[in-house]
Amino acid sequence: MQTPKINLITFFFVSAIIGVATATFADIHPGDIIYNDGAVKQSLSGKAGDIESGAEIMNKGAGNCIACHQVTALSHLPFHGEIGPSLDGTADRWSEAELRGIVANAKIWFPETIMPAFYKTTGFIRLGDAYTGKAHEGNVEPLLTAQQIEDVVAFLMTLKEE
Amino acid sequence: MKKLAIITVTVFLSIKAASADPDNDSLIINDDIQLVTETAAPIHLENLDTIYSGWRFRTDETQALQVDDFDNPAMVFVDKAIDLFNTIDGIEGKACVSCHESVAQFRGLSAIMPKVIDGELVVLESFINDHRDQVMGAEPWKWSGEKMQSMVALIGLQSRGMPVNVKIDGEARPYWEQGKEMYYTRFGQLQLSCANCHEDNYGKMIRADHLSQGHANGFPTYRLKQAKLISRHNRFRGCIRDTRAETFAEGSDEFKALELYLASRSIGLTVETPAVRQ
Repeated sequence: MQTPKINLITFFFVSAIIGVATATFADIHPGDIIYNDGAVKQSLSGKAGDIESGAEIMNKGAGNCIACHQVTALSHLPFHGEIGPSLDGTADRWSEAELRGIVANAKIWFPETIMPAFYKTTGFIRLGDAYTGKAHEGNVEPLLTAQQIEDVVAFLMTLKEE
Repeated sequence: MKKLAIITVTVFLSIKAASADPDNDSLIINDDIQLVTETAAPIHLENLDTIYSGWRFRTDETQALQVDDFDNPAMVFVDKAIDLFNTIDGIEGKACVSCHESVAQFRGLSAIMPKVIDGELVVLESFINDHRDQVMGAEPWKWSGEKMQSMVALIGLQSRGMPVNVKIDGEARPYWEQGKEMYYTRFGQLQLSCANCHEDNYGKMIRADHLSQGHANGFPTYRLKQAKLISRHNRFRGCIRDTRAETFAEGSDEFKALELYLASRSIGLTVETPAVRQ
């Protein structure tokens, strides 16, 4: 009776490994990102970013990039902030890997920056449950998903002046 | 740190037109009381040279509401507090007026609060509730409730125009240090400290908001957005909540310490209570 049981466990175990390997590319966990001087080479979701979705994230939700940055390409949207630099021509100044790193966690490159880390889940002081003011419980989600980071990076890569 | 701040400001000014700076208006209330809305920063404030009242960062329309008491929507609550001052409450059968002949005798008090009394940091709200409890035998008022904040506004009004002058040495020192540390702590998932917005980036727009230096010398403030008097601790709570952090409670020791530290950043500005903000 012992043998089939072990086989069964082995079967599930092996299937699980195969399952992970054959499943569509899993997001890179925020804790597993490899920053190279603040830049991140690999797509966090394994997929290309969606420019249109990126443009939307620039304006709302946990992205809301234009709360601090000015973007002429988004000048139809009201109230661009002045805290961060203008993002016009950002793709001329930064590579895709650098932009991915900055959006994911700008503090790797600029330790003192006010810019929040959008793909980070640890190292917070008194982490709250979103905007409720209450303590956070359970798993911590980054401000943006891996795919949303890719979408924003894809949009930023369209901001060329040259 | 100061040098860095100066360089940052200089760079900022050279890139950006002065549109984001505080405006040049001066605040004279009822054609009579001249308020200090700009002055040299107190010596312990190492990263700023000049301090500005939040009034200077508001639109002309909002500013106008504070220039004449007939237009100031906070004055309705001040009037209510005058009634409360004269109303008997609690088992001892006393009103404020039973012991304090006139609210005018509190002139100067708000300019030196918070203050350490008998080894404990006391802010006006706790002072009022202590008196209600121990002298009047009355129920405490809710920290940010209308009655409490109306009374804090009425008492604050008595000091309007007097320079903020809290004590930060001696017994007050450890509380001040605690408040200072909070001011520079980057709370929550957004990892924002008070300083990130109100010291490093005042004068700039964050989305549709014009960032001020975050002085609390006009509190309780009538906030147009909420259409009522807002307490200092309520504003602190909102700010920390908006960093996606677990906030502190109104009336907590942490917020009292932060209130003292913030008041110390305003030393030299005048009490503006009750101010009007967006």
